[in-house]
Amino acid sequence: MIGIEHYLVVGAILFVLGVLGIFLNRKNVIVILMAIELILLAVNINLVAFSHFMNDLVGQVFAMLVLTVAAAEAAIGLAILVIYFRGRGTIAVDDVNRMKG
Amino acid sequence: MDFAASFALIVPELILAAAGLALLMVAAWGGDKAARFIAIAAVIAFFGAGLMLAPGLHFGTDGPEVIAFGGLMRVDTFALFAKALIYLAAIACLVVAPAFFSGPAAGSERGMRAEYPVLILFAALGMSIMVSAGDFMTLYLGLELNSLASYVLAAILRRDERSAEAGLKYFVLGALASGILLYGMSLLYGFTGGTDFATVRAGLTGELATGAMFGLIFVLAGLAFKIAAVPFHMWTPDVYEGAPTPVTMFFATAPKVAAVALTARVVVEVFGAQVLAWQQIIMFTALASIVFGALGAIGQENLKRLLAYSSINNVGFILLGVAVADQAGISAMLVYLFIYVAMSIGAFTALLMLRDEEGGLFETFADIRGLSVTKPAIAWCLLFTMFSLAGIPPLLGFYGKFVIFQATVDAGLIAFGAIAIAASVIGAFYYIKFVKVMFFDEPADVVKGSSGNAHWVLLILTALIISPLGYLLTPSITDLADKAAAALYLAV
Repeated sequence: MIGIEHYLVVGAILFVLGVLGIFLNRKNVIVILMAIELILLAVNINLVAFSHFMNDLVGQVFAMLVLTVAAAEAAIGLAILVIYFRGRGTIAVDDVNRMKG
Repeated sequence: MDFAASFALIVPELILAAAGLALLMVAAWGGDKAARFIAIAAVIAFFGAGLMLAPGLHFGTDGPEVIAFGGLMRVDTFALFAKALIYLAAIACLVVAPAFFSGPAAGSERGMRAEYPVLILFAALGMSIMVSAGDFMTLYLGLELNSLASYVLAAILRRDERSAEAGLKYFVLGALASGILLYGMSLLYGFTGGTDFATVRAGLTGELATGAMFGLIFVLAGLAFKIAAVPFHMWTPDVYEGAPTPVTMFFATAPKVAAVALTARVVVEVFGAQVLAWQQIIMFTALASIVFGALGAIGQENLKRLLAYSSINNVGFILLGVAVADQAGISAMLVYLFIYVAMSIGAFTALLMLRDEEGGLFETFADIRGLSVTKPAIAWCLLFTMFSLAGIPPLLGFYGKFVIFQATVDAGLIAFGAIAIAASVIGAFYYIKFVKVMFFDEPADVVKGSSGNAHWVLLILTALIISPLGYLLTPSITDLADKAAAALYLAV
């Protein structure tokens, strides 16, 4: 029988993967955008699992809100990435260093 | 409470939302030629929304009639105080923008983009929703509306490499912060059975479950990211330096007010039953911000970068007021916020006035050498601002620090207050460096351009507020802050 703890463990693993994906990734900014999506998906798994096991709809409403905002966030992130690429011709993480200090 | 009464409570937000949508249409059809009209209309919208706050601020709005939409929003005096500050800061950022964007600092695409005032409107709308949140869903909605508009604002000079990079960095770290915050909210939802503040609060009484503890820490970490408190401050200097200066001014004022007010509301209303759990976290971030903000600024040559560290330092003092965890602390924090916003607007306006003959902007220490000879008025206003930021009496910045320390000492947290005072002495070093460079170095004589009336009005107004004359304002501000803090604690 699959209980709530299984869902929470999957959610936690996805969350940690997402955070590590942002900090350990040294190659490509697109990967960072994917990692951010992963974090939001981890949150959604948590919300829906809690919602189901508590018989409470609020969590699912919240999950829909998160999905919507995640779409807007991805759109804006990609737009900023495009103008960044136009100016610099690269999206390697190590090259995002015009300012230092 | 019926629906119409709820709508009556959020009239300022409705005005901003309607103005934002309408002006977006004007921007779409009118193009950048309409930018000036849009900016003026946006300022009027902010004034209109601000006027709507006045009766509530004056008479105080407390009790059950401040709850809108069945607990989703809470429009109490605390929220109104924060909103008033946010609107004032937004107006200042709209006023200084046209001169900046029409100068060479804007790079190859001269002229203010029509989207700029619209984005400021939407960002301020998001902050408005944030500070009156009564539910984690409202909180998240407001936070994202604010953040998404801010990411675009940071990158608004599309052809400028630094601006695009600032936008990218702000986006990545802001999105990470939202993710962390959301994860914390999902845990709190699971361990308490609801997302509205009252339910979560009720679920957090007694022994704190491990999962709920994680939820609390994640939520606080996400909020610390948004207010740029140590240890989540690393994005601040880069974003502040790279973003266009009017946008930096916006980032240093309005979102700080919103995020700090939100943090105060969350710790008091949601985590109010677990003071010991959050107090040490907030106290640590507050003291760490004060110390790192002071140390990091030493050796910075870029003035915007230096002001970024200065804002981290100031956020530390503001959080110290929250960490005191009583009504006096919240009241002191609100007074400090008001003074901080005035000082920041003054400092960035002065930066925007350091222009050469073609209107290009300067932003390093080397350029302001001997400014007192070439541009005495700007130099004296900057001197006022810097001494005030350093907390030197009789300027108003001293009063802000004074009320914070008083609240800290009254709560018996004398050791923490002592650390903060010691660190503010370190901070005085780089503020006084400003004065030394401006008044005692050989004039570099590069700042030759003249500035428009709007800048002068703003600069002189903020200089007057932070001058000793500002003490005339303190009774009314303190009175308002007391009312606001009482309203926040009334919700508990």
